[in-house]
Amino acid sequence: MTGLLFLIPIALAMGLVGLITFLWALRSGQFDDLDGAAGRILFDEDAPRPAGRKPSSQPRSTPP
Amino acid sequence: MSVSTATLDTAIPRAAAAAACAHCGAPILASGSGEFCCAGCAAAYAFIRESGLGRYYTGRVLDPAARPPRPPEEPAEDASIFAVASEDGTASLSLLVDGLHCAACVWLIEQALQRDPTVISARVNLTSRRLALTWRGGIEGAVPLVRLVQRLGYRVVPFDPNAAATASAEEKTLLRALAVAGFASANVMLLSIAVWAGFGEMGPATRDLLHWISALIALPALAYAGRPFFRSALAALRVGRANMDVPVSIGVLLAAGLSLWETARSGEHAYFESVVMLLFFLLVGRYLDRRARGRVRSAAEHLLRFGAAPATVRAPDGTLHRRPVATLRAGETVVVAAGERVPVDGRVTEGRSAVDKSLIDGETLPLPVTAGSDVLAGMLNIGGPLTVAVTAVGERTFLAEVVRLMEAAERGRARLVALSDRVARRYAPAVHLLALATFIGWLLAGPWQAALLNAVAVLIITCPCALGLAVPVVQVVASNRLFRRGILLKSATALERLAEVDTVVFDKTGTLTLGQPELRPDPALDPAALVLAAGLAARSRHPLSRALCRAAPGAPALDGVEEHPGEGLSRRTAAGEIRLGSRRWCAADATAAQDDGDPELWLARPGAAPLRFRFSDQLRPDAVAVVAALKSAGKRVLLLSGDRAAPVRAAAAALGIADWQAGVAPAEKCRTLDRLRAEGAKVLMVGDGLNDGPALAAAHVSMSPSTAADLCQTAADVVFQGLSLGAVTEVLAVARQSGRLVRENIGFAIAYNLAAVPLAMAGMVTPLIAAAAMSASSILVVTNALRLGRRS
Repeated sequence: MTGLLFLIPIALAMGLVGLITFLWALRSGQFDDLDGAAGRILFDEDAPRPAGRKPSSQPRSTPP
Repeated sequence: MSVSTATLDTAIPRAAAAAACAHCGAPILASGSGEFCCAGCAAAYAFIRESGLGRYYTGRVLDPAARPPRPPEEPAEDASIFAVASEDGTASLSLLVDGLHCAACVWLIEQALQRDPTVISARVNLTSRRLALTWRGGIEGAVPLVRLVQRLGYRVVPFDPNAAATASAEEKTLLRALAVAGFASANVMLLSIAVWAGFGEMGPATRDLLHWISALIALPALAYAGRPFFRSALAALRVGRANMDVPVSIGVLLAAGLSLWETARSGEHAYFESVVMLLFFLLVGRYLDRRARGRVRSAAEHLLRFGAAPATVRAPDGTLHRRPVATLRAGETVVVAAGERVPVDGRVTEGRSAVDKSLIDGETLPLPVTAGSDVLAGMLNIGGPLTVAVTAVGERTFLAEVVRLMEAAERGRARLVALSDRVARRYAPAVHLLALATFIGWLLAGPWQAALLNAVAVLIITCPCALGLAVPVVQVVASNRLFRRGILLKSATALERLAEVDTVVFDKTGTLTLGQPELRPDPALDPAALVLAAGLAARSRHPLSRALCRAAPGAPALDGVEEHPGEGLSRRTAAGEIRLGSRRWCAADATAAQDDGDPELWLARPGAAPLRFRFSDQLRPDAVAVVAALKSAGKRVLLLSGDRAAPVRAAAAALGIADWQAGVAPAEKCRTLDRLRAEGAKVLMVGDGLNDGPALAAAHVSMSPSTAADLCQTAADVVFQGLSLGAVTEVLAVARQSGRLVRENIGFAIAYNLAAVPLAMAGMVTPLIAAAAMSASSILVVTNALRLGRRS
């Protein structure tokens, strides 16, 4: 039963990582446009960009 | 109905494939040749090809329900007043975009904008149909960028993003609470299963350890995720009422307290998993409910922004301009003609009139107003013209109007929602009484701990999860499905009434037809004459001129065209005068025998016989299929039109409607509907929202094809957009299914409680059974509702 002493904390930590990841994703606006994100991948940036600009390093959405 | 909708789905693309515009994909209705339906589309196509964005055409999937991406004919208003300049020399603007079909549209808009060297970022959100734009330079840079998006074929209106943010923030709070409750319930359940599985074999020390860990997870989660319920319960108690959140709050708090106490004295009965599971399922229901409302609200906002009538603004120099309400600023002067709605909150400066404020507070007596009186947006001016000084910013007035519209819809809340509310109101005290009775009963028989335990079990097992989910889940799924097809339910009771419909009455003009004249295909027509006529017509805004231009998209506009009001257009050439216009003006000597009442234009050229262009209103592309589907579903279909007999007879014959009447005045339509009702028919009236108002109101339930000319004043219960009439069959199918699902869900939830409560009161429910039964009932209800989302 002593195994529980480290197995339970490991399980909880893994769950917490998932929860925190979700909350972070929610805050950073990744759930704002579920329809668009699905199709966006099909049109990835292969069109030439004007020179002298960093490739899309702009924040993609503003947190509330 | 599933069979008939299937035939519909196949019918739509076939009709559209006849001749589709190479840019917008809309059928080319007129006889004109060429790949494009209008000059705007041809220009957009050339522009996109030149910019090297031609991939758009291979990658896109056009949605027949959405507006075709046809460049708007009117330029947008000045968007720069909505742009916000920041200190680092950049400016930004938020726009609502109309006409988005799929991710290819998103890609096209973003790429086209990013090719502009001043643009820093352009991001389109396909879900909320918003475009966030940032560029280097001042706010005046907005104008060419907005024009660029329009050239691609999209309509845009600017808006203030801060005002719209509050609703989605609330939704996010709920989603965060849901995530926390989900995490806690999964982990606590894991530990609880270990305890149950090891029941009898597990040592008390291990069990206590697991209970303590459960408490450590469950109690903070309860404090965080339970706040929406505690807040609502407190608010209800403060005004001396009980809502469904009161027993929920008492139940979870009692269960948590008791579990903590059991854990402290190392007892066996800790209910932490039930506490958090209960919270989780209730939050799912609440989140879905909120999201459905948010969607309807944003749909209404979208329609209103693109469809609301503009206000007439008097500039300081006395000239009059038409501008969207949202762009009005305090201090400006607005002119409100008799019969118009007051577009914005303000104070009357000139004029004496009376206003009807029934839209605002339901008061039907007209209110006299004179200089100095305050007026609110939405009041109807029924007397003389008024001049109003704007006191509130247009944007705020506009949002208030959206809220008012939603409140009006909520006032007539669905009978089934009302039923579930009523059940909940009776249910709450009944649950308390049952729990109290259980407690007292067991107190007589044994120790108070066991009695309290059983009472809490009753509170938990009667958790209204299933009941609380029963209606919202179905409504979310139904409104989502309709929303995707461009159908907006204005009245919440509409779905239930639609389910009962057995008779469908159509109006003709603008309902079965597109309500827009198109040139009749005529093989004998000389193409050169058509190009000439279209070249003249390009200078005019008359609907028939516009139809001519659509029929000959490539025709170059001619110079030196004079417009003669009420007669037509003329152009002087070396050979003589060319005239395009009415029969009398162009061709007084033409035979009168050809007069069949269709709208027409005549072209008179020197040295040639006058030429006649005939126009007619085209049937919607899928009208035949929809009428056939309705008939095969056993509905009686009627056609009532105010139009002349000949075109109505032709339309009825084309559609296979045996029962038709022409030349019906509005009052007569109402009488016909009353007669049908007296015969016991449940009538769905499909008609133009603004002209058929009384008839729509007289019907059991009503639908209106609308680009939301004025959503607030439309009497219809359901408004649908787009060229397709398939919305009618879709709405009827969804209504029937959702009515059945709601009844099933409520019936199931009640049956579950009837079965579970006696068991709990008898003390036969262990924590395992309570939690499993509760979860199973909720999952069953949700799964049942999701069946509606599946396309048949």
